[in-house]
Amino acid sequence: MSRRGRLVPKIVAWAIGLAPLAALAWWIGRAVWLNTDDLGANPISFITNLLGDWTFRLLLASLAMTPLRIVFGWGWPALLRRLLGLFAFTYAVLHFSVWILVDHFFNWGQMAEDVVKRPYITVGMLALLTLIPLALTSTTGMIRRLGARRWTRLHRLVYLTGVLAALHFIWLAKVGRTDQYVYAAVLAVLLGVRVVDWARRLARRAGKIPHPRPATPP
Amino acid sequence: MLIRRAERFKASDVTDETLYLNRRAFIAGGAAVALGASDVADAAAPPAGAPLKAERNEALSVKDAATKLESATTYNNFYEFGVNKDDPAREAHRLKTRPWTVKVEGLVHKPKTYDIDDLVRAFTLEERVYALRCVEAWSMVIPWIGVPLSALLKQVEPTSQAKFVEFTTLLDPAQFPGQKPGFFGGGLDWPYVEGLRLDEALHPLTLLTVGMYGQVLPNQNGAPIRVVVPWKYGFKSAKSIVRIRLVSEQPKTAWEKAASQEYGFYSNVNPNVSHPRWSQATERRIGEFRRRPTLMFNGYADQVGSLYTGMDLKKYY
Repeated sequence: MSRRGRLVPKIVAWAIGLAPLAALAWWIGRAVWLNTDDLGANPISFITNLLGDWTFRLLLASLAMTPLRIVFGWGWPALLRRLLGLFAFTYAVLHFSVWILVDHFFNWGQMAEDVVKRPYITVGMLALLTLIPLALTSTTGMIRRLGARRWTRLHRLVYLTGVLAALHFIWLAKVGRTDQYVYAAVLAVLLGVRVVDWARRLARRAGKIPHPRPATPP
Repeated sequence: MLIRRAERFKASDVTDETLYLNRRAFIAGGAAVALGASDVADAAAPPAGAPLKAERNEALSVKDAATKLESATTYNNFYEFGVNKDDPAREAHRLKTRPWTVKVEGLVHKPKTYDIDDLVRAFTLEERVYALRCVEAWSMVIPWIGVPLSALLKQVEPTSQAKFVEFTTLLDPAQFPGQKPGFFGGGLDWPYVEGLRLDEALHPLTLLTVGMYGQVLPNQNGAPIRVVVPWKYGFKSAKSIVRIRLVSEQPKTAWEKAASQEYGFYSNVNPNVSHPRWSQATERRIGEFRRRPTLMFNGYADQVGSLYTGMDLKKYY
């Protein structure tokens, strides 16, 4: 792929990752200085939900890159996987920070009780925790240091992150809401593609399905 | 009572805001006249937001500052219009509040069907500033206008078998888009049904409500007529009521049918009984930054505590 060809998807990914933060900063600025109602009657809830929604969207976007390669054989999605994953981590940290700093204002007792007693908060915390080692080992240097095989094995943890995030949303959503199931369905498809691909490769190795590509490049 | 003293808003503030917020309706009304619109039924109905006079009952009003009218009319839980907080304000125009009748029937000696306008004229309206606590741990302070529900119930004379009062909200998916079956099913078992024990319904705090902030009740707040039960979570206060029925058995409410372990029949505001998924110990007052502690019976413990003497409020949540 040409250098310019690689640049376009990266610019798009940066734009998608930064646009919600830019919009949020704009709304907060207007609300604080111009006293507008952009954030609605319950700004803290609005901000928390927006950050949570985008955490999940970017996580799913990151998880969609490998299936795009598997299904369509494209090369460019692999270039965006890390960037989208790090954006998801950024939004997750912000989502969590608003909960601590603004929603509960360092009421540690209440927060500790929530983490232990409220399953949706428990799984939400776990989802964030699973992202930390992935963010820390996201640099090229760390990939080299860990070795590709160990790094790949560690980064399968993100599948668990996805499942925990889906549970977090399903358990917090109130009766009548349905978008939590849409997110869960997308996750199921993205993980399902991997399972099918893995099963096919396994079968191929056992010699049941002929290799799709010729053994020697034409 | 642990109610904080705060500067009360002035009547003039409310009026200004009312006019301001209804500028679009005002302009639209002007345009309709200019175009010779002939929708007589609409024109004759008192529009939501029209001024409604009522003397304030200071003894039964909290002293906290009222929530901004704009917040109270744009941040609503009214699932008939949709599950999101901004759905009711956006979809409210679909609801036609005239003509409107309320059937009062069941275990009564004098069942009666009230026309909404006759009902409003038949009683002396009063204004009461109540705290409103949502089960989702946020709260507002609203100046409601209405009459004690007991005044209406006395007219129909409940029989000795009557033990509960059941409220039914209008069922009409054309006016309430939230009542249409959704893609994933979901939602509630319509129509919305709520209920109170007879002594709760007769309690002087229970208000049959037709207005707020000095004006006719906006559609998104339960027009044309709703109840307000300030010591219970907001969903107990049924909106857009078409039927009030006195019954001998505890009514099966819409939220109990949907999730009985989360939304009990009593649903009294209680900081010591958690919702299964979140704590009820604190609340966010809309317009405030920090959470504040939630009060037993939403601060009305002195008035209503005796209704529940000897009851295990953890069991009857």
